[in-house]
Amino acid sequence: MAAPLIEVRDLRFRYEDGTLALDGVDFQLFPGETVALFGPNGSGKTTFVHHLNGLLSGEGFVSVCGLKVEKKNLPLVRRKVGLVFQDSDEQLFMPTVLEDVAFGPLNLGLAPEEALAAARRALEQVGMGELIEKAPYHLSAGEKRRVALAGVLAMQPEILVLDEPTTFLDPPGRRDLLELLRRLPQAKIVVTHDTSFARALATRALFFQKGKIVLQGPLEQIIQRFRWDPLAEPGAPAVLA
Amino acid sequence: MHHLVLERWSRAHSVLHARDPRAKILLLLAFLIAVATTPRISLASVLCYACVLLVGISLGRLPAGAILARAAVVLPFSATFALLSILAGDRERALALLVKSYFSALAVLLLAAVTPLPKLLRGLESLGAPRILTLVVQFLYRYLFVISEQAQHMRLAALCRGLGSRARGRGRMGFQAAAGAVAVLFARSYARAQGIHRAMLARGFQGRTELLSAPHIGTVDGLFLFFGLVLLLGLRLFLEVFR
Repeated sequence: MAAPLIEVRDLRFRYEDGTLALDGVDFQLFPGETVALFGPNGSGKTTFVHHLNGLLSGEGFVSVCGLKVEKKNLPLVRRKVGLVFQDSDEQLFMPTVLEDVAFGPLNLGLAPEEALAAARRALEQVGMGELIEKAPYHLSAGEKRRVALAGVLAMQPEILVLDEPTTFLDPPGRRDLLELLRRLPQAKIVVTHDTSFARALATRALFFQKGKIVLQGPLEQIIQRFRWDPLAEPGAPAVLA
Repeated sequence: MHHLVLERWSRAHSVLHARDPRAKILLLLAFLIAVATTPRISLASVLCYACVLLVGISLGRLPAGAILARAAVVLPFSATFALLSILAGDRERALALLVKSYFSALAVLLLAAVTPLPKLLRGLESLGAPRILTLVVQFLYRYLFVISEQAQHMRLAALCRGLGSRARGRGRMGFQAAAGAVAVLFARSYARAQGIHRAMLARGFQGRTELLSAPHIGTVDGLFLFFGLVLLLGLRLFLEVFR
């Protein structure tokens, strides 16, 4: 079996207000995989993915592509793990689309011309090559999501982490995003409540509850076990000890 | 919204829009110095400066009435000081305050109306303005849209829940609701700032933003700057001699 791209062992994290957000998480991601992260709001999914990029730092072990996630490795780790945020407005802060997408490559130390070339390539990849001079606040939600993705792709990551990628998207926007993600070769982690989106994209799933991964396995098994399909028969959701 | 109108104007095309932002900034600076150092406001000086600005508005293909009205936003502030001067018995100074502040505001507005903000900030940076200042302006401008959108949503939500429908105590309730909304907006802005900072870190930000290539100043821009400066210097000397 190939070496895991991401390995997490016994990860624990407590916020400053005392809330225990992660309580002993173990996880592995292998090349070519797309893993869906399910779980109720506040169960620790976003906190977990922020550890993969070094935005948060808890107790336990996290490694990305063989690099331990710690301060000295952060520039390299952030190059390997591309994190697309739930709210694209937080990710698009530069005055134009092109400058925003070039932000990451410039931080990697690329010369301005190389950074611009990488940004243009990434924008072409997501089908936004026409809008490079536009201001981000003039874009639709779907376009913002694509540009946010381009901002991450321009850094040529090996792993894509998407936090609630279908939020604010209309059905055509959702479909376009799905097609786009299917074409991208990177291993992916998708935090989502959208089971149909996950069914179309993910190869396996795991379920978060109270800061723990309580079950992982085939997608359908997780959805059925936790009644996570919005059209499922009413009934109490499963709670595992 | 005010900044949306400016944004639309600044994205149009004209001879002035096409000029390098640095040339326009330097001309604005020269104009402001000329106006500020004009010792006495006479009819000739008003006509001279008004002509320069009207030619600028015309070259920039801007709606004259709208831009003249928007520049008047400065008048209530300068009128306060003008009133103090009148009370002190100095009518000439009062007039100078009003005229100079209005012309200065109009000139700044003209620059903002023919230069998209990103280019303007880049121009300021390449002229030596501290990066931290231009970054703050850039972020403020970017998130003004987001925060104003949130404010509008909150106002709609308040209206839907009957804000303003009660005859008695309406003013007080409205004030309380507005105060609450400002507090919530502040908290959301703070949370937003944290989110943006995380998004920046996630894309490799290490405390220093790198610049893309600086804009190139061409021959036409050089000539525009040269003749603009000569014109302003000529006007200023003319007003000095014939005051």
